[in-house]
Amino acid sequence: MIWMLNLFPKITSSYGKEVDNVFWFIFWISLIFFLIVQVAMFYFIFKYRNRREEEVSDIEGNNLLEITWTVIPTIILIVIFFYGVYVFDNFQRRPPANAIEIKAYAYQWWWQFEYPNGYKIRDTLIVPVNKPIKLIMTSNDVIHSFYVRNFRIKEDLVPGRYTWTWFKATEPGIYDIQCAEYCGTLHSKMIGYVKVISLEEYNAWLASLSKEMDLSALSPVERGAKIFQNKGCSACHSVDGSRMVGPTFKGLYGRDAEVVVGGKEERIKSDENYIRESILNPNAKIVKGYPAIMPSYQGQLSEDEILSLIEYIKTLK
Amino acid sequence: MLDRLLSHEPKPGILGWLLTTDHKRIALLYFWSIITAFILGGIFALLIRLELFFPGKTIVDPDLYNRIFTLHGVIMVFMVIVPAIPAILGNYLIPLMIGARDVAFPKLNLLSYYIYLLGAIIILSSVLFGAVDTGWTFYTPYSIKTGGGVLIALFGVFVIGFSSILTGLNFIVTIHRLRAPGLSWGKLPLFIWASYATSLMNVIATPVIGITLLMLILEKLFGVGFFDPTKGGDPIMFQHFFWFYSHPVVYIMILPAMGIISEIIAVHSRKKIFGYWAMAAAIFGIAFIGFIVWAHHMFTSGMSDVARWIFSFLTFFVAVPTGVKMFNWVATLYKGSIRLTTPMLYAISFLFLFSIGGLTGLWLATISTDVYLHDTYFVVAHFHYVMVGGAITALFGGLFHWFPKITGRMYSEFWGRLSAIFVFIGFNLTFFPQFLLGMQGMPRRYWDYLPEFTLLNQISTIGAFSIALGALISLITLFVYWKKGEKVGDNPWKGATLEWQTSSPPPYYNFKEIPHVEHGPYDFEIFRKKEKEQV
Ligand code: HEC
Ligand SMILES: [Cu+2]
Ligand SMILES: [Cu+2]
Repeated sequence: MIWMLNLFPKITSSYGKEVDNVFWFIFWISLIFFLIVQVAMFYFIFKYRNRREEEVSDIEGNNLLEITWTVIPTIILIVIFFYGVYVFDNFQRRPPANAIEIKAYAYQWWWQFEYPNGYKIRDTLIVPVNKPIKLIMTSNDVIHSFYVRNFRIKEDLVPGRYTWTWFKATEPGIYDIQCAEYCGTLHSKMIGYVKVISLEEYNAWLASLSKEMDLSALSPVERGAKIFQNKGCSACHSVDGSRMVGPTFKGLYGRDAEVVVGGKEERIKSDENYIRESILNPNAKIVKGYPAIMPSYQGQLSEDEILSLIEYIKTLK
Repeated sequence: MLDRLLSHEPKPGILGWLLTTDHKRIALLYFWSIITAFILGGIFALLIRLELFFPGKTIVDPDLYNRIFTLHGVIMVFMVIVPAIPAILGNYLIPLMIGARDVAFPKLNLLSYYIYLLGAIIILSSVLFGAVDTGWTFYTPYSIKTGGGVLIALFGVFVIGFSSILTGLNFIVTIHRLRAPGLSWGKLPLFIWASYATSLMNVIATPVIGITLLMLILEKLFGVGFFDPTKGGDPIMFQHFFWFYSHPVVYIMILPAMGIISEIIAVHSRKKIFGYWAMAAAIFGIAFIGFIVWAHHMFTSGMSDVARWIFSFLTFFVAVPTGVKMFNWVATLYKGSIRLTTPMLYAISFLFLFSIGGLTGLWLATISTDVYLHDTYFVVAHFHYVMVGGAITALFGGLFHWFPKITGRMYSEFWGRLSAIFVFIGFNLTFFPQFLLGMQGMPRRYWDYLPEFTLLNQISTIGAFSIALGALISLITLFVYWKKGEKVGDNPWKGATLEWQTSSPPPYYNFKEIPHVEHGPYDFEIFRKKEKEQV
């Protein structure tokens, strides 16, 4: 039965096998019903093709037969239902209590994951092998869906509410995250990755992170550079002059910015206050030629952190 | 003046068509409009398949691709499949099949046609007002955020809904009030039962989509905040509203098709439908259960787990009456005299494709497998097997079956059969690989895909062109033989239902004298008896 396994992507999660078992259970039942109906149909067509009219029988029905093919399918269907709910309830919706909770945010058209220590990473979810992971998910704009085929999981990310899913990866490797709910232009390009690594590697990575995240010993400029990475600004802004979703930070400080304020275009000088406002209230002044999609960082960055960011931006000439 | 123009007298020339209140002419007006929409929707389908021939960009950019698949869906659902069978064949046949001179409200019938036309024009004109790129499901909040054309498209769909509602009302009254003497409920052809149930569903469900779309229009125009979470609304509520109509609509599309298949199978195997009452009851079973299963489209939406269980459970019960219909159709063939005419080939093709479409629904009704398969190509394949393999196949079978009725002439069996075979092979080539794509994990509405999906996508694209070829052959056959076909008399199939008991094509008022009905719709013995008497 090897050929059948190839019909599905490789299972690399703890309960993927259970889901596939349900699939094949329904497959065999369907196949039997399909064959009964089709074999009978083609046999009758062949056997009774173009017979003389007088030979046609006057059968109008048969209660026993009709009751049989109402009752037996009903019973089988109920069995399928219970099997499906059993797997759903006992595996797909039952995360172990010790699961690591990671937050997942969807944006048009990228993913962001936030670890318990506050570290944010774009598009690549790094998790240890054989540890249950529970994702608490929401979206910042439209509905998306978190879909990892190798894990057999899928759950929508809905703006304005939290949804969740969980998995336990059983094999180190890199697996595709595809967005499964239509979300606009780059829906099909909203690909992320789950990188599954060993527990030692994971712990080492976390430790290096917490060192990285302890910024008190650094100079303001160095601190700003770190915040730029850790808070996900780098997802939309470049520092080398290239255009990404948002304008580049290169030469941002002191340049003449063309912005749109309440529908009217204005020319302003980019200074500390402008940058501060752009971070806390990005939609107040929108840079001309860019979409108004930058999230507000109100409440997420301290004044000290904003100042560090500005110091860092000043160095990008 | 208006009174005279809309009077029941036949009018000469073009006005005789544009202002006709004759149900047969209105049916043909629908035929031309719907076939035009079908060709348009088909062209969009081919563009989709072309784009997916290679991963990455093949012919269009993602934004344009998103508009194309949206138009394909909106046109095919709202402008083609929902109205096709009721508006064309229903309009033509219901009065004839029940021995009436017209529908109950002929002027309302004409109005319904113009509402359809208006709605269709509004939908198509939406492309002039900016991107309509939401998919036919118009999910919030995406539909709130995206371009202004969506507003126009929503309004068009809203308008077209009234056409369904009015046609539904008209049919219900017609079937209740205008049956010929002697035509008791137990002697109604199954197509009438199916049309009746469909009309009921249209009258009950269509207002809900009307309200939903209106709410969405208000939301887009005035920012009311029903569905937008930033204004305190709930996007999942939109999905509930939307599917409360759009799930029943699946049955609005398939029930009339089932009615046609029953007629074709009975006539072309010269046999009574096996278990007439079970078949009629199954229609209503499907219609009823169809109303209480909508949230099975939302198993991954974040809805509560208990709701997921309940809707999964209810969904399984749709399969019971559907199974009864399958079994009874096959049992009807037993000891009949089967003629492999074009309509019969389409009917057999229906029985094959629809069983695949129906059975693959089991994986989607089962929560644990649906979580994996939802929003992948498996779903795309599943509903095309039901909607195209079911509804469109039945429509073509019906058009061929009643072609001699409508025109008084016979089409060419050679070309007819060839079209059926092309459509059948092409159909499986197009959509079977999509099941495999879904199982391997290709999500739907994807402009680009992972390289390992290439081969299956290419097979699918080739199949799509074979369907197009088959559909083209069948349409050309119908058009050519409409004028050119051999005259075949009033009842070439020796059908026992009333529409065959008048001349072909029928006179303006359908029957010289309203018939008195003595036998059931599938009592073909009467022909056998007559033949014996003649010998
Ligand atoms: C989702 C993508 C995104 C993220 C994440 C993001 N921005 Fe932005 N940002 C934009 C876009 C788009 C614009 C231009 C439109 C506007 O002004 O709102 C912008 C504009 C700006 C501007 C004004 C630039 C100019 O040329 O005048 C500043 C300053 C800025 N962002 C800072 C930040 C900082 C600091 C962060 C991280 C804490 C950040 N952004 C995170 C998308 C983003
Ligand atoms: Cu998405
Ligand atoms: Cu998406």
